Amino acid sequence: MLDIQNLRVFHGPIEAVHGISLSVGTGQCVALLGPNGAGKTSTISAICGIAQASGTIALEGADLAKVTVEDRIGRGIAVSPEGRRIFSNLSVEANLRIGGGIRADRENVRADIERWFDTFPILGERRAQPGGTLSGGEQQMLAIARALMSKPKILLLDEPSLGLAPRIVAQVFQMISTLRAEGMTILLVEQNARQALQISDYGYLLNNGRIQAEGTAEELGGSKDMMAKLTGLG
Amino acid sequence: MDYAAQQIINALSFGAEYALLALGLAIVFSVMGLVNFAHGEVIAVGGYTMVAFAALVTANPLIIIVGAVAATALTSVALERVAFRPVRYADPTTGLLTAFGVSIVLQNLFLLFISPRPIAVTSLYFLDAPVMVFGVQISSLQIFESVTTVVVIIGLVLFLQRTTLGLAMRAASLDFEMVRLTGIRANRVFALAFLISGLLAGLACIFIMARRGSVDPHFGFNPVLKAFVACVVGGFGSLPGAVLGGFLLGAVEVAMLVLLPQEYGGLKDAFVFGIIALVLVWRPDGILSPAKEKGDKL
Repeated sequence: MLDIQNLRVFHGPIEAVHGISLSVGTGQCVALLGPNGAGKTSTISAICGIAQASGTIALEGADLAKVTVEDRIGRGIAVSPEGRRIFSNLSVEANLRIGGGIRADRENVRADIERWFDTFPILGERRAQPGGTLSGGEQQMLAIARALMSKPKILLLDEPSLGLAPRIVAQVFQMISTLRAEGMTILLVEQNARQALQISDYGYLLNNGRIQAEGTAEELGGSKDMMAKLTGLG
Repeated sequence: MDYAAQQIINALSFGAEYALLALGLAIVFSVMGLVNFAHGEVIAVGGYTMVAFAALVTANPLIIIVGAVAATALTSVALERVAFRPVRYADPTTGLLTAFGVSIVLQNLFLLFISPRPIAVTSLYFLDAPVMVFGVQISSLQIFESVTTVVVIIGLVLFLQRTTLGLAMRAASLDFEMVRLTGIRANRVFALAFLISGLLAGLACIFIMARRGSVDPHFGFNPVLKAFVACVVGGFGSLPGAVLGGFLLGAVEVAMLVLLPQEYGGLKDAFVFGIIALVLVWRPDGILSPAKEKGDKL
């Protein structure tokens, strides 16, 4: 589904990611793990097209180098960004409507919004409330639902557990697990390596802009020294 | 009593005009973070279009009005495409300098290719007739102005609340990059903001022309200054703030006209801006400045 080769990401003159390669197969959940400043969010930014990058990013075999941000989303990439970035001045329902803004099937957009309200009744109860008034966990659910409103082929989740209470983190990971079970292709960027690997088919450990290790949860769990050093997972 | 009613209607009418002007600036600023000082020249294009239509096409005021509004809308969209799109992601200072540049270029084009002197258009004088309402004599122009502004505000509110593009414009005022990340095209949102701004400039132009009756190369300076002040008072980036700022400015101007002794009449603007300054001491970001909130990074 998503194939990245020799990706270098730049923030002005600074190179944040130094030639990494990774791939996410259809229906897979792949974790990109690492500490703060490892280059995880830069990688997500490059996939979306909002960071300057070199190397190859291909979606279903098609190179995205010259594809605009909007067209990348149109081709099936959706992102739930770090910090959630809910449109706090818009209602919960309006946030979801914008998420489905590129779809032509307006009636189905409405039905999908109702479906999300059924899935997360708390969002339904607060459908008319400004997004900024939701709790962190509710905002995270809204951010993921907003991303999914575009009916993507691949979902990029950037630190979905960041800043959330442990009980809410468990709910968020349960939601990701359900999406994976439904066949959604997911690239999950996380610092919470233990929980991320539990729901992922494959993982990459990123540090200082370079991939230090990769493998299945079992394989990565075996590299205990590196895991402990990079992510705190003993 | 009649005098007080007359002055209240004056304040509402001036406020309505300033609100239209301020909305035109605010809608572009809210999406692009650009204070478009060329907005005044867009209004002037409307005035010159009226001159051209009246001289060359028809004396029918309705056609002249439609032509002027279409010209301001097209000019605004064309400026976005030619001048502002290339600097869209540049530093805000670059956008500001571009706006000043566009304003100066357009003024010089008017000077060189049209005329440095005012040109009269009498087609809209019919809008300004005396009307008796509940025993108070007011100008029909004031009624048109107030009604148009109310209709425009209702239309804008419906557009911004009911349509996906309208919602995207509101969302863009908070986090434009995130709007792009939902796949909604940046070009479409920007062009639409400039189109609406141009339409508002056209409507404001009708009322200014009906009152002044002539257009000159510096026609747009005073309106854009008023719009800027109204936006600052209301809170730059806030559309309700622009409307509130416009009406507040209109009210303060009329109040100063009425309350200042005749010998201080020349100081009217000084008092108006003094009061505005006091408002800004109270609310430095404007009365309804939008909340600044954004995620950490991406």
